[in-house]
Amino acid sequence: MSTASGTTPVRLTARQVARRRRRESWSRNWADFRSHRSGLAGLVILGFFVVLALAAPLIADAEGLTLSGAPGEVLEPPSREFWLGTDDKGRSVLTLLIWGARVSLAVGLLATVISMVIGTLVGLLSGYFVGKTGAVLFRLTEWFLVIPFLPLAIVLATVLGASLFTIALVIGVTSWPGTALLIRAQTLSIKERAYLERARVLGAGRWHQISRHILPNVMPMVFANTTLTVSIAILAETTLSFLGLGDPTRTSWGSMLDDAYSIGAITTGAWWYIIPPGVCVVLVVLSFTLVGQALEDVLDPRLRGRR
Amino acid sequence: MTTHPEGPLLRIEGLSVTYRTSEGDVPAVRDVDLALDRGEILGVAGESGCGKSTLASTVLRLQPPSAKVEGRVLVRGEDALTMRWGALRALRWAGASIVFQGALHSLNPVQRVGSQIAEPIVLHEPELAEAEVEGRIGELLEQVGLPAERATSYPHQLSGGQRQRVMIAMALACRPDLVIADEPTTALDVMVQSQVLDVLSGLVNEFGVGLMIISHDLSVLADLCDKIAVMYAGRVVEFGSADDVFGGPLHPYAGALSAAFPRIGDPAARYAPAGLGGDPPDLRLLPPGCSFEPRCPRSIDACRETDPLLEEHGAGRLAACIRVGES
Amino acid sequence: MTLGAVTEAPPPPRVRRRSYGRYAAGKALGTLGSLGFMLVVNFFLFRVLPGDPARTLGRGRFSTPEQLEAFKETYGLDQPLLQQFVTYLQNTLTGDLGISLRYRVPVSDLIVDRMWPTLLLVGTSTVLAGVIGIWLGIRSGWRRGSKFDRASTGTSLTLYSMPEWWLGLLLIFLLAVGPGPLPGLFPTGGLHSPDVDPTSLAGVADVVWHLTLPVLTLTLAYLADYALIMRSSLLDELGEDYLTTARAKGLRDVKVRNRHAVRNAMLPTTTVIALSFGFVVTGAFTVETVFSIPGLGLLTTEALSVPDYWVLQGTFLVSTVAVILANLAANLVYGLLDPRVRS
Repeated sequence: MSTASGTTPVRLTARQVARRRRRESWSRNWADFRSHRSGLAGLVILGFFVVLALAAPLIADAEGLTLSGAPGEVLEPPSREFWLGTDDKGRSVLTLLIWGARVSLAVGLLATVISMVIGTLVGLLSGYFVGKTGAVLFRLTEWFLVIPFLPLAIVLATVLGASLFTIALVIGVTSWPGTALLIRAQTLSIKERAYLERARVLGAGRWHQISRHILPNVMPMVFANTTLTVSIAILAETTLSFLGLGDPTRTSWGSMLDDAYSIGAITTGAWWYIIPPGVCVVLVVLSFTLVGQALEDVLDPRLRGRR
Repeated sequence: MTTHPEGPLLRIEGLSVTYRTSEGDVPAVRDVDLALDRGEILGVAGESGCGKSTLASTVLRLQPPSAKVEGRVLVRGEDALTMRWGALRALRWAGASIVFQGALHSLNPVQRVGSQIAEPIVLHEPELAEAEVEGRIGELLEQVGLPAERATSYPHQLSGGQRQRVMIAMALACRPDLVIADEPTTALDVMVQSQVLDVLSGLVNEFGVGLMIISHDLSVLADLCDKIAVMYAGRVVEFGSADDVFGGPLHPYAGALSAAFPRIGDPAARYAPAGLGGDPPDLRLLPPGCSFEPRCPRSIDACRETDPLLEEHGAGRLAACIRVGES
Repeated sequence: MTLGAVTEAPPPPRVRRRSYGRYAAGKALGTLGSLGFMLVVNFFLFRVLPGDPARTLGRGRFSTPEQLEAFKETYGLDQPLLQQFVTYLQNTLTGDLGISLRYRVPVSDLIVDRMWPTLLLVGTSTVLAGVIGIWLGIRSGWRRGSKFDRASTGTSLTLYSMPEWWLGLLLIFLLAVGPGPLPGLFPTGGLHSPDVDPTSLAGVADVVWHLTLPVLTLTLAYLADYALIMRSSLLDELGEDYLTTARAKGLRDVKVRNRHAVRNAMLPTTTVIALSFGFVVTGAFTVETVFSIPGLGLLTTEALSVPDYWVLQGTFLVSTVAVILANLAANLVYGLLDPRVRS
């Protein structure tokens, strides 16, 4: 390969070359991502909610969450004092919403971590080990895949006791098969590639192959899939909290809607209690979905220009 | 399916095709002139990305809608690029057809091969009875050396060579005057290659079809074609009879292509430089001078200044190189 | 003019039908495996926690150890695990799913009673959503980037990001209760009005009126999913070379789309839609709850509060079996459409 420039090449170590290439590919991917307006919009909205959740203690009075510290009258419509009105216990809906963001996001993220760890592990192993191990893991994945989420989640949550951790665990344990199938397919296709065979010939052991060759190539897909999994997890958490399986002392968007529904907020027309939590869920889930789709487009070259 | 010919069967005049991509304009075909008569076999040679397939697709106006096209493509005297849709649809397959590259992907994977051959027949000759259509399918398959029962197979049940032959049979379904074969022998083993080429040449002899064969393999073209056009970076850089272009190439690129296929028994071929360094050019960043200059073994300073045009160097012999004629 | 050696003839039609038979048998066998696995999971549902399952089941219910012992004896929880499993299998396969702790009737009776509203709701919604969603997906995929596409995809994404039961709440608020001064047009819940004879024509109309909002909710939720899937599959298909071949033959655009692109895109669409059968169940359960439709979903969510374990176990069993069978049906249909999987 001839170089066009007339300067003498600087000698770099292998690690430096790898690092530089990685940095270049990161900046390229970022530039690509920025060109996806929807993904960018999603990222902005997400950023807003994350900041909101983190800044909760600063912008919303924690006292306002307790029953004794409730500042307003019962079910007041939105006013200058309470931008989103009050709930059935006189607490500011806006305060509940901001603090609820913490719970919804945290539980969603925890559930996603559990799901992704199990899913990626099972997917990698079932794709890499073609023998009995791989076959057994694949069957297991398929069997878990057909089990519908909600009935299983309800039973498990009932057995384990209603709590936020239970919800996270239950979601994680029921949603890993989708990820596992995806990672398995990706692993299989990477295994076919010639450079892996060369690595084997050069004496690369199994662990080296998995960690140095397969894993780095699977990670982009894992990354994109994680984002999409979070949106599913948050929807699931909202549903389970709505059904009363969450922590009754902690507010999440789902539990707000559970409260609203059980006190008949709809029939009394207290729309400020029903609509905002749902809108927040839609915004967060939509943003994660858009970001996830944009990531898929950027990281999987086959999808370029397809959406 | 024949009408009174007006001039050559196919005449391409000043054709330029530019693709518009997010990364800039890509001039895939630049100012190409070609002609082909009935009963004639024209070869178009060049590496991938030189514009040969784009050229073929414009004959039936199959280029993507975002592509900018200039020039004329006259098929039986009418310009395919500007004819009305009705006329174009009538032209497609019944006047001219294409044997596409990569038969596995160019055939519908979930339809039987016979129905796919029947499709254009039913479309262009709706008056035929079902039995007649089936009969013709059987004939077509037998012409390419496949048993008529193969019509009920799916593409994945056939071997690569069989699929390619199905593509040829399909291309002949409506008895066109012009057939364009795009890389008909790529990815086939040598024995099947020679069979496929026999079929194609047989077409010309028996039916007087005008055949354009596109290939990166000059040896395939040298044997079969009457005339050869060599393309590089979207331009025709050499044109002449097959013997002349293969045996005595004028343009250095054609020379490299020809030298890549040694002739057994020719001692000089053993010492000719084989292979060409460098990569195919990036069509978005073409140099101001000759586009072949960066890889040319015979380039001089003057080559970088002007892009040479095709010039005549003898009867029917064209080459685009300023160094033709020197030793 | 003939060519060289001709290879083997294609298999005769009888053999080809047998290859579908083999494919179907394989899928049926796989289904049995899934069902077996599900039975095992179902058994261990209440035994996930280490220790005595009786304590889990009896949480907050008993105050004395004698009550716990009596409970264990009634439900055979004092027997060795293998014995319990065998008893469980025998019971389940003969339809004995236990007694509801709340209603004190056999769980199987409850399930049979409550099944038809769920079937009606889910059946209507999936059919409507399928037809509309697929049409939307085709139209937006074929004209990618058009106004229609952007509107349709944007709406689908938004609906997809919405908890389906919240959509139900919104619809109740807008159309059943009526915001502000506007009147409500539909009932806020339930399946029947109290003073209407359910078997009369007026009764049928009454049920339809009650089911309108729930069906609308579920249809919207499902069709967003289906439209996105269909669009994605079609877009995948549009890059394929055989479409160029079809155009080169002189086919009109619409024919190329319908006969080739759409028909082929239905294959991956079927597969992916089959993967979302679980979502169909989830949607049904939550929408029933919000609209108080007395189906399996409401039964399940009501059982939560007790907690009525045998009912929960029973509905888990039934809904999982339904999804497994639906998957089998989808696989069998797919085998008919795609000749490549049969060989």
